[in-house]
Amino acid sequence: MRKYIAKRLGYAALTFFCVVTVVFFMVRLAPGGPFDSMRRLPPEVEANLQAAYGLDKPLIVQYATYLSNLAHGDLGPSFKQKDFTVGELVSRGLPISVALGAMALALALAIGLAVGLAAGLTPGSLLDAVLMGLSNLNIAIPAIVVAPIMVLVFAVFLSWFPAGGADSAWHFVLPTIALALPYSAAIARLTRSSVAESRFEPHMATAVSKGLPRRRIVVRHLMPIAIIPVLSYLGPAVAGLLTGSVVVEQVFDLPGIGRYFVQGAMNRDYTLVMGVVIVYSGAILIFNLLVDLAYAAIDPRIRFD
Amino acid sequence: MFANVFKRSMLARTSLVLLLLVGVAALIGPSASGWQFDEIDWDSLETAPSAVHWFGTDLIGRDLFVRTMLGARVSLLVALIATSVSLCIGVPYGLIAGFRGGRTDQIMMRIVDGMYALPFILLVILLVVLFGRNQYLLFAALGAVFWLDIARIVRGQTLRIKHAPFVEAAKSLGAPTKHILLHHVLPNVLGPVVVYTTLTIPGVILAESFISFLGLGIQEPETSWGVLVSDGTQSMESSPWMLLFPAGCLAITIWCFNTLGDRLRDQLDRRDNARITT
Repeated sequence: MRKYIAKRLGYAALTFFCVVTVVFFMVRLAPGGPFDSMRRLPPEVEANLQAAYGLDKPLIVQYATYLSNLAHGDLGPSFKQKDFTVGELVSRGLPISVALGAMALALALAIGLAVGLAAGLTPGSLLDAVLMGLSNLNIAIPAIVVAPIMVLVFAVFLSWFPAGGADSAWHFVLPTIALALPYSAAIARLTRSSVAESRFEPHMATAVSKGLPRRRIVVRHLMPIAIIPVLSYLGPAVAGLLTGSVVVEQVFDLPGIGRYFVQGAMNRDYTLVMGVVIVYSGAILIFNLLVDLAYAAIDPRIRFD
Repeated sequence: MFANVFKRSMLARTSLVLLLLVGVAALIGPSASGWQFDEIDWDSLETAPSAVHWFGTDLIGRDLFVRTMLGARVSLLVALIATSVSLCIGVPYGLIAGFRGGRTDQIMMRIVDGMYALPFILLVILLVVLFGRNQYLLFAALGAVFWLDIARIVRGQTLRIKHAPFVEAAKSLGAPTKHILLHHVLPNVLGPVVVYTTLTIPGVILAESFISFLGLGIQEPETSWGVLVSDGTQSMESSPWMLLFPAGCLAITIWCFNTLGDRLRDQLDRRDNARITT
């Protein structure tokens, strides 16, 4: 087990390092500098600016500086918002994005597992057809459509919820649902097929013939194996949730990290965009690590591999 | 091989027909109504659907039908370019990993696993920000991040048939690896590749509309469904048709590709199961 964890940690660290490297060189080798779009600067001023941000040094030195700063948690200054460092901007938005993502993930799991279980226990039934039809529809209608319609219906017409902002828990209800819906459908589909298949495992026959109550069979014998594909979907799902939160934050006017990302991308604020990509990658890698550990906890075959 | 699917499943037929319609719309739609995509009709700003403007007009009086059809063109173009790029990367990658096996396979697949855990859309946005907002670059960049599934599937299939008698025979006759891969392995992995390509397309289309929605993809006066949905969102209270038509088209297209892909996959599974039991 310890070896397994160490191996996973090693992979995660390596992946993170690669991401940082690729992103860094992508940004530095791209045509055009960060100060190009401004009005023509006298060469002396430009040279001073370059020097102030360390852009006059050789690339490899810049890379080393960036890495060592990153190791200290410093993502550098924002190129466009002069008074802020990227770290400040990110840490301002991060709690909101993390809260949104975590709630959406929990909701998606709750809906997805329940729907998938209900459909998978009776494959081919009317209930199954209805639930899966709805899920397919749900996957087809993207967040960029669902989120605005939710604002229109629940915030503008019915005024049950606020349309934007992040002042109270109430403000998070609609964004959480909008973000969770497509993933709940994907989880429902996965759960359904895996439940439908796992019903025929030999140990299920044993459990049934022992005369165990149905509830116990489902909870103790069916779910643990049926949930494994769902677990392995969680890694990509979280990557998608964090990306999706960029749109949801935009539509619901939540001041999360996604908003800074879009803003940075619009203004060509390289360091800010870079910082968000790196922070997101780090968050996803850590989450994947947790999923891998949960995997090993549930499935002993992996532990002893 | 997949003809059965359409005989058996009404949903598969429906989605194929709808997709063909989208295709036709993308081809001839933009020139069907007599309006240009950037032509401004000063007499009808933000008007509801009518005989003159079938889908209504937007805030500055541009014909929404033509613009929505143009969106179909962009979406299918994304599907075409991005999936071609993803096939060009994914298929050889999977073939080599599966055929070489051993350490090469392990390293190559660890790389794929690692990449699954990255916020790819954000990397694509970063790329587009850096290299200018060229739509073909955007499409190609999308393709360059959507090859992971294809690579996995091709590798799995390659592993399965690597030791099939006809491959062994070709090997023992001294055929070069390249020949074996192209003439013996590749034709046998094409079925699954078709299925997963169908399932990759909706993801690519969604990604494009997502990026365009944020204002970072296709730029005005050019348009795409993401741009139109974003515009529609701004004025959905006063003129809901601006949101409904493009959003509806987007949802229908995604649904069709997903449904079609699902049915094809079912057929593939059925065939594989039949092969195992006989």
